[in-house]
Amino acid sequence: MSALIAAATPTTTWYLVLAAVLFGIGTVGVLVRRNPLVMFMCIELMLNAVNLTFVALAKRLGDIGGQTTVFFVMVVAAAEVVVGLGIIVSIMRKRPGANVDDISALKG
Amino acid sequence: MLDLIWLIPALPLAGFILILLFGRLLGEPKAGILAALMVAGSFAVTVGVFFELLSKTTEERHHVLKAFSWVPIGSLHVDLAFLADPLSITMALFVTGIGSLIHLYAIGYMHGDLKFSKFFLYLNLFVFSMLMLVMGENLLVTFLGWEGVGTCSYFLISFWHTRESAATAGKKAFVTNRVGDWGVMMAMFLAFGATGTLSYAGINHAAESGALSAVTATGIAMMLFIGACGKSAQLPLYIWLPDAMEGPTPVSALIHAATMVTAGVFLMTRISPVLSIAYSWAPTIIAVIGVATALFAATIAVAQTDIKKVLAYSTVSQLGFMFLAIGSGAYVAAIFHMVTHAFFKALLFLGSGSVIHGMHHEQDMRKMGALRVLMPITALTFIVGWLAIAGVPPFAGFWSKDEILLFAFAKSPILYVVGMITALLTAYYMTRQVIMVFFGEARWNDHSEENGAHGDFKPHESPKVMLAPLVVLAGLSIVGGALQLPFNHNTKFLEKWLEPVIEFGEKDISGTWADNNKYILLIVAIVVALTGIAVSYLVYSKKKFAAIEPNVMAQGWFYDKGISNFMGGPGRKAFDGITWVDRTIVDGAVNGVGKLVQGAGGFLRKGQTGAVRSYAAAVGLGVVALLVWFFVRGVVL
Amino acid sequence: MELVVFVFAAAMILVGGLGVVLRSHPVHAALSLILTLFGVAVMFVSQEAHFLAAVQVIVYAGAIVVLFLFVIMLLGVDRTEDIKTEPFKVQRPLAVIVGLGVTGLVTAAVITSRDVVATRGAGIIKPAMTDPDSNIRQLSRSVFGDYVVAFEVTSVLLVVAVVGTVLLTRKMKPASKESQ
Repeated sequence: MSALIAAATPTTTWYLVLAAVLFGIGTVGVLVRRNPLVMFMCIELMLNAVNLTFVALAKRLGDIGGQTTVFFVMVVAAAEVVVGLGIIVSIMRKRPGANVDDISALKG
Repeated sequence: MLDLIWLIPALPLAGFILILLFGRLLGEPKAGILAALMVAGSFAVTVGVFFELLSKTTEERHHVLKAFSWVPIGSLHVDLAFLADPLSITMALFVTGIGSLIHLYAIGYMHGDLKFSKFFLYLNLFVFSMLMLVMGENLLVTFLGWEGVGTCSYFLISFWHTRESAATAGKKAFVTNRVGDWGVMMAMFLAFGATGTLSYAGINHAAESGALSAVTATGIAMMLFIGACGKSAQLPLYIWLPDAMEGPTPVSALIHAATMVTAGVFLMTRISPVLSIAYSWAPTIIAVIGVATALFAATIAVAQTDIKKVLAYSTVSQLGFMFLAIGSGAYVAAIFHMVTHAFFKALLFLGSGSVIHGMHHEQDMRKMGALRVLMPITALTFIVGWLAIAGVPPFAGFWSKDEILLFAFAKSPILYVVGMITALLTAYYMTRQVIMVFFGEARWNDHSEENGAHGDFKPHESPKVMLAPLVVLAGLSIVGGALQLPFNHNTKFLEKWLEPVIEFGEKDISGTWADNNKYILLIVAIVVALTGIAVSYLVYSKKKFAAIEPNVMAQGWFYDKGISNFMGGPGRKAFDGITWVDRTIVDGAVNGVGKLVQGAGGFLRKGQTGAVRSYAAAVGLGVVALLVWFFVRGVVL
Repeated sequence: MELVVFVFAAAMILVGGLGVVLRSHPVHAALSLILTLFGVAVMFVSQEAHFLAAVQVIVYAGAIVVLFLFVIMLLGVDRTEDIKTEPFKVQRPLAVIVGLGVTGLVTAAVITSRDVVATRGAGIIKPAMTDPDSNIRQLSRSVFGDYVVAFEVTSVLLVVAVVGTVLLTRKMKPASKESQ
């Protein structure tokens, strides 16, 4: 049993599949949750899945560019969170306990 | 003088414009005098042109005066041009001659009417249109006049338009005429298509030289005959003429006795070469319809009680005779009868107008009687007209009717027999009318209060301005027969005069049994006429036999009612059906497109929920779709 | 050994992820997020991306999630969300379809192409005891060498984001100056 365990090394594919699963979970979360902050968090999940993919592939392909990309993704994610939370704050300030479905002014 | 033939239609047109502008200023009776003078002037010019044409040889009697080029479009060149040849001048002579007499009469008849000047406005416009019709050099100018007389007929029939029956009658006349006008238009299209020209010279030349095929010629002739049926009140389009008696009596005399209704006969004569090269069943149909109409109308006239309706049906009947002549190839006889009929029918109508005027607008013959004592001149002239139409020699009607029946016999003895029966009936009902109106006991005192007459009602003679035309027309009815006496070639003035126009189409019956025995037929005609008069005398004067006036004949064999029932019943349903199709299918299709777009828009609008999550879901679905596509492309393919 | 690490980190990631999606209380969701981020950091380390692992913990877990928590507390959206009901009836099935679709397709793509992916680059330098900063050195050479323009632009982006957010969240003052 331990030999079997020792023999099976996680290949890049495993990491990629894991990232795909995490991405899927994040997508479902964005679609299902109504609290804007939780939706944002699910987006962060998706970003992390992408980062994992890049890093795994960087190792596999031996290219540092993958890690550079992750670097930039993190920077931009941070900026995005700042702006996004700012927007949420300014919209949700007046309506305590609101959820995303209430912001439907664009209903046609 | 020939250069002035444009004056012939121009003078009535000038009268029309002057009365249009100054009619109210002129008032009564100056407007009437102006109108009468214009038509009289036209008559004078026509007489001048007539004499000038007489001075020319037979071949030269064909003068065209072009006013201006009217329609120069592509290969169609139509000029507004006038043609002065024997036929058109003959027509113009009696149109302007009888027209001016009737204008004179109308000055007296319409005395006191509020719309006096308007009447003469329309009358002058009518004379102008009629002259354009007869003097036209091509089918288009004739059609202009054709439509013009139809319109003026509408105006004049519904002149007293506050009376519902008059307004309806005017509309009926116009609509029925329009049905016929379709035929004329089709004929014009056919003629242009086949010969490339609309002028009579061109069309007739094509017919004479054989350039026109028999099929086309038949088409043109039949289409024009349809138009003639409408204008000249033959079966099945005669229904407007009896109702047209709603108009004032001068209108009935001018339009519906002498001029407009003869336009159909004129047109058929104009294109006689075309008719003569058509299939032989075409003239036969014309003759059959003519004689059938004659008989049909004569039977109805026997049972009418309105003095003008008798004359209306009599007109339809006599027009039938003219078409019988045309169908038998007897164009000269047709024109001859047209001229004599114009004389005596106008006389009869004007006479009846005088009676109506004297009876304070009573028109029912059952309420008249013994008027010859109180209205002597009217009675005398009316009797002259009666003898003329009954076919008693030497009055005009006898000679013309006999000529027609001669040619009819040559074509088919059956036509002759039917024509003879009609002649018998003509004599019968006209005698009936004369007896009921002028002889017998005076029945006007029994019902005088109903008519709004005051106290001691006594019919009176009409003023001189109305009696003078009666006398002139009576004189013409007596001597008119001299135009074409059948004795020998020298006495056939009309035939020699009209020769250049009809020689190609005129049937030659010399050598037939009819021609050889024409004196026998002459005597038969006289006997028939006298028999009709005698029987009528026995029925209505001596009361030896009961009068046969069944309701079915009085109601015109329910033909009119049949048409209105058909149109009101199944006809209306058909029209409603078509309206339904138009509204539901055509409009529905157009509106349906709008509704479809609206519906689609409304459906798509539901996608705009305004909720972020549904947009996110849409994005997600798009991502899945893209992934599928990439997967399929990259891996499967 | 790597297998154990992988399984452990994968468990952290998945539990955290499911926690974010399924927990109705926002604060619980935030904490689950932290769990996921830590799991990802461990994965980074096992993939020779040591610097990024550190940055992940410091920036993501340390700053971003803290920011999330601040806002949760500020807005009072700490009330639990009613996760049982769903006003758009079609949303849940759609979410399932999208989730499964994305996951499945990417997995399938990855699995079918595992033989195709080949080495291309110069290789990742494994940091050894003699050279512990080698990863940072390699990474910084890449960032400041090949991608220096992107770096500069990103710095501008950060400034813009900060200034923009300050402006966005300002409370607008009334026009009249008589406030005292």
